[in-house]
Amino acid sequence: MAAEIGLLTLWLAFGASISLALFPALGVKLQNPSLMLLGNWFAALVFALLSLSVAALGAAFLADDFSVAYVANHSNTLLPWYYKLTAVWGSHEGSILFQVWILSCWLLALSLGGRSIELAFKAKVFSVLGLVTLALIAFIVFTSSPFERLLPFAPNEGSDLNPLLQDFGMIIHPPLLYVGYVGTAVAFAFAMASLIERRDDDKWAQWAQPWALVGMVFLSVGITIGSWWAYAELGWGGWWFWDPVENASLMPWLVSVALVHSLSVNVQRGIFRSWTVLLAISAFSLSLLGTFLVRSGVITSVHAFATDPERGMFILWILLLVVGGSLFTFALRAPTQAVQRKYGLLSREFFLLLNNLFLVVITFTVLIGTLWPLIADALNWGKISVGAQYFNWVALPIFALTVLTAPMAPFLNWKKTQSNRLTSRIIVPLALALVLALVIGFSGGYHWQGYLVWFSGLAIILASASVPWYSRSKQRGFKSIRATVWGMTFAHAGLGVCVVGVGMTSLESVERDVRMGAGEPVAIGDVSFTVERFYRLDGPNYAAEAADVIVNEGSSVTRLTAEKRRYLASGQIMTEAAVDAGFTRDVYVAMGEQLDNGDWAMRLQVKPFMRWVWYGGGLVAFGALLSAFGRRSRRRETMEVGE
Amino acid sequence: MTRLVRFIPVAIFACIAGFLVFGLSNDPTHLPSAVVGKPLPEFQLIDVEDESLLISQDDLVGSYSLINFWGTWCQACHVEHPFLLELAAQGVVIYGVDYKDQLAPAKRWLNELGNPYQRVIFDARGSLGFDMGVTGAPETFLVDPNGVVLHRYQGVLDRAVWEAQFLPLINQ
Repeated sequence: MAAEIGLLTLWLAFGASISLALFPALGVKLQNPSLMLLGNWFAALVFALLSLSVAALGAAFLADDFSVAYVANHSNTLLPWYYKLTAVWGSHEGSILFQVWILSCWLLALSLGGRSIELAFKAKVFSVLGLVTLALIAFIVFTSSPFERLLPFAPNEGSDLNPLLQDFGMIIHPPLLYVGYVGTAVAFAFAMASLIERRDDDKWAQWAQPWALVGMVFLSVGITIGSWWAYAELGWGGWWFWDPVENASLMPWLVSVALVHSLSVNVQRGIFRSWTVLLAISAFSLSLLGTFLVRSGVITSVHAFATDPERGMFILWILLLVVGGSLFTFALRAPTQAVQRKYGLLSREFFLLLNNLFLVVITFTVLIGTLWPLIADALNWGKISVGAQYFNWVALPIFALTVLTAPMAPFLNWKKTQSNRLTSRIIVPLALALVLALVIGFSGGYHWQGYLVWFSGLAIILASASVPWYSRSKQRGFKSIRATVWGMTFAHAGLGVCVVGVGMTSLESVERDVRMGAGEPVAIGDVSFTVERFYRLDGPNYAAEAADVIVNEGSSVTRLTAEKRRYLASGQIMTEAAVDAGFTRDVYVAMGEQLDNGDWAMRLQVKPFMRWVWYGGGLVAFGALLSAFGRRSRRRETMEVGE
Repeated sequence: MTRLVRFIPVAIFACIAGFLVFGLSNDPTHLPSAVVGKPLPEFQLIDVEDESLLISQDDLVGSYSLINFWGTWCQACHVEHPFLLELAAQGVVIYGVDYKDQLAPAKRWLNELGNPYQRVIFDARGSLGFDMGVTGAPETFLVDPNGVVLHRYQGVLDRAVWEAQFLPLINQ
């Protein structure tokens, strides 16, 4: 029954999204405000219907209704209830449904908020989003409905959720990533509406700014948690693999970062107009491309949980229509009256331009690397796979350049900056960073690369932190600092924290594969590992071999439990690594194979400053969030003052 | 000039789209099953009808044959059973794999409903099923005289499927 309700509401949502695309546009055509306002209602309706549909799928999972094919393939009576619910988005059909539902959440947010937006403009935004929603719902109902029944022969038992996905990180990682993926659609719709109107002012950029920022927040959080999940669950201690699916999420993020910066130039200075539009279109296009790559199986990856060429064909059509159509519109209608405003080399405009260029170049290198196997195959250059080496050699140096613009930009004024003022201000954080880097590097006994990593990381952190310091007012102190400035400070400092985390784990991690028997200590540096015992540990839907490991580190003692699980329904083996997370280092223990005499091959790792990668990601997201909402409160303030 | 510059993004996208179309039409993962085109996996499992006998992959070669995964717990296998008997009567060689099942009910099933199989392999833990990528029962594989898997069909085998998917491969 639940499945039928789900399918019915999905079809109704299909109809509602047609109306959403149609009525506001009609309203614009007829210049009828009440028709335009219908957009708000249809947006809410699409949300309500899709919510019902998702809830129905969840109900089917909770009720163990194995007559529904999707439930039978991805659940099991033994599965704990929370994994039954997460199975809703655990695989292809459900995850696309979930993604559309999240798009409808954005629709709802847009119908409730965005009051300052001109009615006719908002109507166009709704129409564009209605078309996008329509395309995605069509994709579900025509190629991948999660509500298909296995009648008349329903199995008695389902075949279980992919054990890789039975993890807390997996519960929250995809939803957040989808929110970000789909959030790029909102900025896209704003950009398209501005093209449709042939706007030659910067109002649309102002309206789009908070939406683009929030989208970027979710992308950042999603990517951060995704890398944390890979680290905790895939079992070999890496946290970024340059896997096509990871790249698919990284590219929209890079472009979104470029977009929020370019939007701010657009709003403040009225330049970079068509460039901003292009970025907004690109971010969404890359999200769609990511969906295509993940879902079509054109490029195989460890993440490809569900692939199907027919579905690929459908997404390809969506991709061709949406991306091709919007880029073509851009070519014909992008603002031609370029505003000429002069700015010098030492100006904020120029540094933001550099930042944008770098980010776009990185995106391109990642895109080419991701598609290279396909390109090589098409041109008959043989089957090639592009490994982490390419990305590390090509993308990382440009990334380093981008990172260097971050501490500089906030010190620069619009138009031009007096160079002596710049040096006098930036010299303090730089000197402090140098001293700290020398102290830390010396006490840690690092190579020169270690010193460099600490210096650049600290330089960014301290330079960002000094911005509010310098710009606080004499009377009100830090209270005078606007939320947007705090946001920028946190986001840039987060970048610095990331630099330290990435640099230190890459340079100083120690990894050892050893044979371990119970009671025999193994030492890595100052850390000593002893297996207390090996034993059997059974969970609700798996049986596991487990090892209790005592980690001695100076005076502190930690007990960790690593597991090797065999999931009963599918027979899949999963490594549950035990991680002792710390501020300055992570200790990582994973079980390999059992050896002849009851000993185990174990993988032990000590990874300095591992957490900092994720702390940094969190700070970036927090900063962007502050900027998004700070902008709103600032507008309120100015309104109050104006009254 | 600037007008033409604006077409660069759409041109780049056209190139990418071209490669994507190629990638989709040239999909190496298109094979419906990983075992199709490959020899049978190695196994040694007991015979349901006589537990003292072992059956291995070498016992299944020599003629075109079907390998049918079934189990007494599987409702759809009940539905499929009469058609298998019919095929066996026509002289089609069918080997059964009793999948994730127990011996006693399996023997009872064969006694009561009739036995279409030349031999029945007892795959209690599903290890052979795992090697052949079986996701459930019933599933049927077509194997050529050299022991190479030609086709895989998931679900209830009936006349329509037999004539559309299996016979053309055997007649080739």
